Amino acid sequence: MYRYDEFDARFVNERVAQFRRQVGRRLAGELTEDQFRPLRLMNGLYLQLHAYMLRINVPYGTLASKQMRKFAYLARNYDKNFGHFTTRQNLQFNWIKLEQVPDILQHLADVEVTGIQSSGNCVRNITADQYAGRAKDELEDPRVYCELLRQYSFLHPEFSYLPRKFKIAVTGSPNDRAAVAVHDIGLRMHKNEQGQVGFEVLVGGGLGRTPYIGQTIRKWLAPEHLLSYVESILRVYNMNGRRDNIHKARIKIIVNQMGIDKYRELVDKDWEFTKNGVLKVPDEEVARINSYFAPPEYETLADQTEALAKIRSGDRAFDRWMRGNVIEHKVPGYAIVNLSLKAPGKTPGDITADKMDAVADLADRYSLGEIRVTHRQNLVLVDVKQSELYELWHKLVALELATPNLGLLTDIICCPGLDFCALANARSIPIAQDISHAFTDLDELQKIGQFTINISGCMNACGHHHVGHIGILGVDKRGEEFFQLTLGGSSDQNASLGDRLGPGLPQAEVPAAIRKIVDAYLVVRQPNERFLDTYRRVGIEPFKSAVYGEESKAA
Amino acid sequence: MPQMIIANRLRDGAVVFLAPNEAWEPAIAAGAVIETDADATRLMDVAKRHEGTCQVIDPQLIEVEVKDGQLRPTAIREAIRAFGPTVRTDLTEVDRK
Repeated sequence: MYRYDEFDARFVNERVAQFRRQVGRRLAGELTEDQFRPLRLMNGLYLQLHAYMLRINVPYGTLASKQMRKFAYLARNYDKNFGHFTTRQNLQFNWIKLEQVPDILQHLADVEVTGIQSSGNCVRNITADQYAGRAKDELEDPRVYCELLRQYSFLHPEFSYLPRKFKIAVTGSPNDRAAVAVHDIGLRMHKNEQGQVGFEVLVGGGLGRTPYIGQTIRKWLAPEHLLSYVESILRVYNMNGRRDNIHKARIKIIVNQMGIDKYRELVDKDWEFTKNGVLKVPDEEVARINSYFAPPEYETLADQTEALAKIRSGDRAFDRWMRGNVIEHKVPGYAIVNLSLKAPGKTPGDITADKMDAVADLADRYSLGEIRVTHRQNLVLVDVKQSELYELWHKLVALELATPNLGLLTDIICCPGLDFCALANARSIPIAQDISHAFTDLDELQKIGQFTINISGCMNACGHHHVGHIGILGVDKRGEEFFQLTLGGSSDQNASLGDRLGPGLPQAEVPAAIRKIVDAYLVVRQPNERFLDTYRRVGIEPFKSAVYGEESKAA
Repeated sequence: MPQMIIANRLRDGAVVFLAPNEAWEPAIAAGAVIETDADATRLMDVAKRHEGTCQVIDPQLIEVEVKDGQLRPTAIREAIRAFGPTVRTDLTEVDRK
């Protein structure tokens, strides 16, 4: 993992001291809220419905056990005993007191974590494949380049006041688990015709009020040019982005208004002057950062396929968990274990202080001290010996972290919604809970197969509803909550935006509507089809009829 | 429709209601119920003054009603602010009621 050097540590400590003074001035009445708001947002501090909310960066979703323990400490001592992992691989505390924030930030700085740039119109936390460095299908560890970009963009003077926020995601695998196509910049590692590893660069993707799938601005970019090329994209955006209208200020609007060819032309023109300048990344620098992400010293082990098969044949619950939540590791004898934060009836992404501590202990005992956060709001232990899987599973079951629903219908993405968020129009968590209560039969969930449901409480789409196989968007209609369904969205390497199914439904009708869609799918699915495959083959009509009845055809 | 004044307290962000004695109270039941335009104007002036002296943030008038014997905001959003997250009623029971 990346470790702060002396400069990083001093700088972050100085920023904490600076914010402590700013908070003091605000509490003393020397700063108005209008003056203070941008200062607190720069440190990830929002004011939500019930209290201040602190958003903490988890760079590229990678955490050390000591950092998770610190989160537990903060949850216990400064919040209400829990935290919430988000679709940006970050952690949010919902009940923070302004007067305590400087102390909280100091605690975080002590374990090399900050809230800097987790808000504001700047380059936000750079996200990555949660299995980075461990996935068998990966070309290279994307976190090296995430860290390079993080260091480059951290408080960058030219890009600290962009027209709007800016999100970058990187995948080192052809199987996109980082949703790169719905980011302002998406980076996909792949090999060119000469067999060299580089990046396909996508630009202008995003969700929110006006969703777009990112477009390819460059088919292959040599890693040494990553910083200069990203800088040119940012510069063209900074110069051309709409500052007059917050709803048209994201890069996706500019890219789609001027067209990808014109945007590329402007970027290339700028890049001409910089590509061979100081931003050309020397191999030594990549090697230096790479050394922080060097794989741990694995033991030489054999795969435990036969031994595990024997246990699995005698323990159906363990077998089910192995099939769903355990992923192949690139090193023989090891496995990647997903911890579901989606137990029936629980709030997706929420975790208590005690469980944070327990996960940290399990990471130390079973996974070389490292934890990952996924954009689907689950956790991962990435280096578990196959010989210890059964023992670990028992412990996870006791903690309610072994629900075998990874990638299944109840592995729901859900934003905090109107229960917490000042921007929301409708509550999203009760919808997730209702659906998870309606689909508790694990055999049925496996029969339904891979299925994503993403829920947002407003059109800002923090719950990624546009790219759920089923998306659910909460809206306010004359003071009442309604929920619009979209079908056919996906955030993987074949990303697509969902199509609106029909008029919004009241909360009580949503689980039944999901049930009708699932039933209709099971009738028409062909062997080995996921819901998304079936939807793409048959279109929306069978599902529209299932939910709204035959009369929907006439509408 | 009767009204109340709701805000967030500056130092901790807690939801508070302006009370008849011009203090800010976490419990909606302790808040001043406003029946006339004149009282609304007068109490909003008080609230704005308290915003200026950094006691509260963003004071607003909200509509309220008595339902099942309990005073509650008519809008879902403000009801959630008053009583806490509907999915975690345990979190605010002590603080607000």
